Amino acid sequence: MTLDNLIDITGVRHAYRTASGPLPVLDGLELSVPEGGFVAVVGPSGCGKSTLTRLIAGLLIPDQGEVRVHGTRITAPRSNVGMAFQNPVLLEWRTILQNVLLPLEIVPTKLSRAQGEDRARKLLALVGLEGFENKRPSELSGGMKQRASLCRALIHAPEVLILDEPFGALDAFTREDLWQIMHRVKAEEPFTGVLITHDLRESIFLADQVVVLSGRPARTQYVLDIPDTGLRTLDHLYTPEAATMLNTLRHQIEVAQGRVPAEASA
Amino acid sequence: MTARQVYVPVAALLIFLAAWEALVWVMGWPTFKMAAPSDLPPAYAKYWELFLTMGWQTLWRTVAGLLLAVVFGTALGMVMGFSRTMRDALYPLLVGFNAVPKATVVPIVALMFVGWHDFNTVLIAFMISFFPIAVSVSIGLSTLEPEYRDILRSLGASQSTIFWKIALPKTLPEFFGALKVSVTLAFIGTNLMEIVSPHGRGLGALFDSGKTNSDYPLMFAVLIALALLGILLYYIVVALEKTFAGWADRSNI
Repeated sequence: MTLDNLIDITGVRHAYRTASGPLPVLDGLELSVPEGGFVAVVGPSGCGKSTLTRLIAGLLIPDQGEVRVHGTRITAPRSNVGMAFQNPVLLEWRTILQNVLLPLEIVPTKLSRAQGEDRARKLLALVGLEGFENKRPSELSGGMKQRASLCRALIHAPEVLILDEPFGALDAFTREDLWQIMHRVKAEEPFTGVLITHDLRESIFLADQVVVLSGRPARTQYVLDIPDTGLRTLDHLYTPEAATMLNTLRHQIEVAQGRVPAEASA
Repeated sequence: MTARQVYVPVAALLIFLAAWEALVWVMGWPTFKMAAPSDLPPAYAKYWELFLTMGWQTLWRTVAGLLLAVVFGTALGMVMGFSRTMRDALYPLLVGFNAVPKATVVPIVALMFVGWHDFNTVLIAFMISFFPIAVSVSIGLSTLEPEYRDILRSLGASQSTIFWKIALPKTLPEFFGALKVSVTLAFIGTNLMEIVSPHGRGLGALFDSGKTNSDYPLMFAVLIALALLGILLYYIVVALEKTFAGWADRSNI
């Protein structure tokens, strides 16, 4: 364990208890995220990626191994994470602004009500939702809801931002829009993030490290560092370097799925 | 409320009354077979004082039973919504209880609490109307998407915070849907007791005395008065729903 890392996951094993006996989902999971880093986690479906997010959030305590944030072992939920899911889960009876303010009603905060509202408005403007503060979630499109959900995850300036396939249900164009918005947000509101995704292009566009998990029970199978190329634009996805990375990742996923033997990776 | 929302139901009511009057007139039915709407005003005029006092007795006892049903049904729904074990344990009991016709329970309750007229009536109104509320609250709570819970739990929120901030408001539309059913059920309960176990109170008793005295227009007048009370309570629930769960209405979008 190095002290530079904000998140350190070592030797994590976890099994769900089911009617037909324990179902191991994670076995030998290792993951480190430095402060300010953004790690994307990819892997075959049902490999335990969402379990990983619940571990980092402290919603789940692993059977073995440990999850540390800032060197402190996580044993219960702490107020310093922000979460966004594929389902934006906005509260229909609240306006967008009130939805974004929700975490401030729960976590201890130094912000006054007015300061909180100011911050919420700024975040909403940052993701392009200026003028929608007083709308209800039902009046927004899927992409807009997801942007509001992102603002809610960031309002209390969490140490860790956990994104569990937040763009999975969106159409391709909206998704690319949101990728660019994510870069804008990260520049203005630096965060340490873990992104769960099924989309390899998304992983190399957004993250600075991509972790491939094996099939269930999941262990860390492969880690790909994305070189820092400065400001990324969508054009970066169509370079030979990007093609090479995507090929490597796709191959690793096939290995994880058990379709090709691991030796072929050399 | 727009003018349309007033005149459409009023027009429907007038058409219904006209059709009823025409049916009785065309068939040439005597009042003991079926009274016509035109037979009712004299009945109301003759017994208006009784209608007021007995209508009030029926109304307050129904509302009291309904309030009990709301409190008990919500509590039961919460217990079943939050605990799988309690849900498995209580559902069969609850369904069995609800399957017992309340008309058969009325004489038992009347004997059990003999002389406690108001209590008996409120009890039956309550027993017949809490079931939909309990079921809807329990379903509303148990079908809460886990992400809602996770969002708040990851922030360190307590179970009671999750309940007040998310589970309760999210269940309100189902709750009001059930309450609309319960309103009419509660009236049935009140009147069952008033008719089956006569103690001279409520519109049910007035109906019974109409029967005893072969005053058929009076019997029909009671039925219409009951319908009006039911409509009144229903719209009170609708107004509450608009205030507290208006956000769930998508008809304007």
